Amino acid sequence: MKAKFLVPLAIFVILAGFLAYGLTLNPREVPSPLVGKPAPEFTAPRLDAPEQSFRLADMRGQVFLLNVWASWCVSCRQEHPLLVQMARQGVVPVVGLNYKDERPAALAWLRDGGNPYTTTAVDADGRIGIEYGVYGTPETFLIDREGVIRYKHIGPMTPEVLRKVVMPKIEELSRG
Amino acid sequence: MIAELGHFALILALVLSLVQAVVPMVGAHRNRLALMGVGRPAARGQFVMLLLAYACLTWAFIQSDFSVRLVAVNSHTDTPLIYKITGVWGNHEGSLLLWALALSGWTLAVTLFSRHLPEAFMARVVGVLGWVSAGFISFTLFTSNPFERLLPAAAQGRDLNPLLQDPGMIIHPPLLYMGYVGFSVAFAFAIAALLTGRLDAAWARWSRPWTTVAWVFLTAGITVGSGWAYYELGWGGWWFWDPVENASFMPWLLGTALIHSLAVTEKRGAFRSWTVLLAIGAFSLSLLGTFLVRSGVITSVHAFATDPARGLFILALLVLVIGVSLVLFAWRAPRLSGGGSFGLVSRESTLLGNNVLLAVACAAVLLGTLYPLFMDALNMGKISVGPPYFESTFVPLMTPVLVLMMIGPFVRWKGDDGGRVGRVLWASGLASVLVGGGVALAIDHVTWRTVLGLSLAAWIVLASLQLLARRLGERPGTPAGHRLRGIPAAWWGMWLAHLGVGVFTIGVTLVGSLEQDLDVKMREGQSAQLAGYTFTFGGAARLPGPNYDADRALVTVTRGDRLVASLTPEKRVYRAQGMPMTEAAIDIGPLRDVYVSLGDQIEPGAWIVSLHYRPFISWIWAGCLLMGLGGVLAALDRRYRKLAARDAASPASAAAQAG
Amino acid sequence: MAERMRALLAVLALAVSAAAFAAGEAEPLTDDPELEARVMDLAQTLRCLVCQNETIAASRAPLAVDLRNQVREQLAAGKSEDEVIDFLVGRYGDFVLYKPPFRAATALLWLGPGALAVLGLGWLALRLRRRAAEATVPELSDAERAQARRLLGEPDDAPPESRT
Repeated sequence: MKAKFLVPLAIFVILAGFLAYGLTLNPREVPSPLVGKPAPEFTAPRLDAPEQSFRLADMRGQVFLLNVWASWCVSCRQEHPLLVQMARQGVVPVVGLNYKDERPAALAWLRDGGNPYTTTAVDADGRIGIEYGVYGTPETFLIDREGVIRYKHIGPMTPEVLRKVVMPKIEELSRG
Repeated sequence: MIAELGHFALILALVLSLVQAVVPMVGAHRNRLALMGVGRPAARGQFVMLLLAYACLTWAFIQSDFSVRLVAVNSHTDTPLIYKITGVWGNHEGSLLLWALALSGWTLAVTLFSRHLPEAFMARVVGVLGWVSAGFISFTLFTSNPFERLLPAAAQGRDLNPLLQDPGMIIHPPLLYMGYVGFSVAFAFAIAALLTGRLDAAWARWSRPWTTVAWVFLTAGITVGSGWAYYELGWGGWWFWDPVENASFMPWLLGTALIHSLAVTEKRGAFRSWTVLLAIGAFSLSLLGTFLVRSGVITSVHAFATDPARGLFILALLVLVIGVSLVLFAWRAPRLSGGGSFGLVSRESTLLGNNVLLAVACAAVLLGTLYPLFMDALNMGKISVGPPYFESTFVPLMTPVLVLMMIGPFVRWKGDDGGRVGRVLWASGLASVLVGGGVALAIDHVTWRTVLGLSLAAWIVLASLQLLARRLGERPGTPAGHRLRGIPAAWWGMWLAHLGVGVFTIGVTLVGSLEQDLDVKMREGQSAQLAGYTFTFGGAARLPGPNYDADRALVTVTRGDRLVASLTPEKRVYRAQGMPMTEAAIDIGPLRDVYVSLGDQIEPGAWIVSLHYRPFISWIWAGCLLMGLGGVLAALDRRYRKLAARDAASPASAAAQAG
Repeated sequence: MAERMRALLAVLALAVSAAAFAAGEAEPLTDDPELEARVMDLAQTLRCLVCQNETIAASRAPLAVDLRNQVREQLAAGKSEDEVIDFLVGRYGDFVLYKPPFRAATALLWLGPGALAVLGLGWLALRLRRRAAEATVPELSDAERAQARRLLGEPDDAPPESRT
């Protein structure tokens, strides 16, 4: 058979390969371009004491997690117990960023579910979120001693991701 | 009970489809008339079973039987009856059943209207259709069973998605599916031709009406979908190059190339491999569309919420059907080469150019739709490909198609002289550019896009008129009535469809150039101005509906001191899901639409109102309707029926072709 | 003194009627329609990341509203469209653009259709030329021509017709 008649089949096979692989991908997940870049500096009122401010620079010198959450966020409920447990083990500090929320609801949430955060900053209008490329809660950033974002996790934190990805990175960053 | 009956009918349909798939093919291969004859009754039985299954599912919806999971998720006791009925296909499982039913319906039609075709050929056609049916019914049964029970039964349903509770929902999916599925007939004809190794003008003549009718359905389905998006989504847009929209447009593009290619194969015996490949391609794109919508591989407002496991099944079906057909093509198509020769400037060459350009345009749409997937799979990052990309690639590709579309009918078959054609058409060409530029100047919108669009539209209209004049002038001396009646329906079909493209182009160009939007905050008594119209807000009142609560506003539209329309846009909240929806109010006119939608109430008594002015937007859908009408005329041409009768009456010729 | 009173009254009357007129005119949502047009034009090319394929112009999602506000603020502050795009891409990646940027990775995307068109038409030209070269109209002898006419039922001395 002449070669040119095989071209449609060849094209289709390549296409089918991509489609098959595509089944394993998640088209809604958007990776962050901020990984490897300095975390945007911000100053925000604290949730527990609104007259006091939290500055991101306060965390310089420590490896820590920045967790974006809200009381209206259903998926945040899933990861909350995990975060509380992490905090109890005292591996790294977890800083909370309360995103587009109401203070009473946020405080009630922390009261009922436990407070894993060393501090919680309030991002009432979502501007800090935009600086961090937040598009849906919950999102968690791993930030190193120099204030550079080393990893971003989108969606609720799971034990597997914690164990396989986050903890090894934390160890690596804590050593150096 | 009814659900179980439907489930059982579906299983029987699967068995019958397998019989339909295997037995006639074996019979054709072994030349056993008895086996070949099994195809028709099997197809009939399959149709009856699928109709029964569909009826059972519809009954469950109408009765609000919430022990059937599908009904619980997609319906509600308060849902209006018509949306209970259309809710059957407003979800993944039910729409698959509709797909299978449509396919079975087309198969039945083929068995009924093709009695004059040779038995062995028909056996293969029915067999191929049986394989596709079996694939879809097994996909439905094994991964997407619409009759799955929910026990204990839900107390109340979740109601149909409010976006789907709309008249557009009543006609859009059925028309679209009839189109998608209709291309399976051309596909089956092509595979049968490849299997027998023979493809002649008669084959093309048999395929043409089926393909044209499928194309008409698809055109209608896409048109209704676009119109529906326009008035339903509330911001005046009518095409977004969304992956699912593209999934319906790609088979349309190849289908258009196919109907033109079939014309050449019938008349001149040329383009045989092209025609077969296009037939396989058009149906493959229908199947690809099914995959894209249901697998979760792309993000779209139209996509059904479904999981990759189902995606894998459809992909397997896709690979099987398309893979086998393309292998068959690679193996058998070389045998089909040949056919009439033609010159550099000829009707054939313009149609071949048309084929190539439409195929490239289709490839461009496919590239844009799937590129994000390609990049993600190769770990090269995530991108989005949207309207800006498609507009800058598709429009330049279609421009030569539109130019060629009106040159072609003037060029002679087999061989013509480029100079002669030039002499015939140069005046219309020049006039088009002048008209295009002139109108752009008159509406004070001289941009590349506007001038190009208007020139192309003018070209199409002027050349169409010139073509008609020539055709009518062909037999001087005969009375006008005779001349008019002497023009076959197929010619009128072509003429009308091409003119429709011109009307469409006018609509698209003028809307794009002249549309205006304005968002205002309005209190009762206040008014706003847009495009010479005055919109006065008459306040909003609460209004309960069957399954929603609405705020209905009154907006009076005047021009000068003349009342143009009293529009009542609504903001609804559907109770079951708590989902807000806006119902725009449109005053439709032949030369413009005036469109108002109600936003949020930002202060008590103060509403955000969106005003839109859309000039000539109806011309977009009027053009599409003309295209569809042209297709209908072409399919109804007498010669298909006359020749069918002649083939039936001549047993000698039928027997000779049965080999 | 009287003129000043009259002038004052005139001004008051004007002010009152202007206020009455203003009550009849709906408030546009923006003080600057030109800015708003720029915002909407840009917003129509930006993707709402939490939606199922919608622009931030059309979507009512909270994030879409926030991003629209960001675009408006930045344009109002004098930034150019490109700077706003860079701002969003720096935080959300290329995914947020409906018009994919032209890079090495997207070269195939942008150049593909044009290349295909050129290839396709090139193939077409080659094929047409080959076909035209192959096509030779067989020459008939007079006897053969007469036989053809008889078979077609045409009178022997009729001139050959060319039909369209």
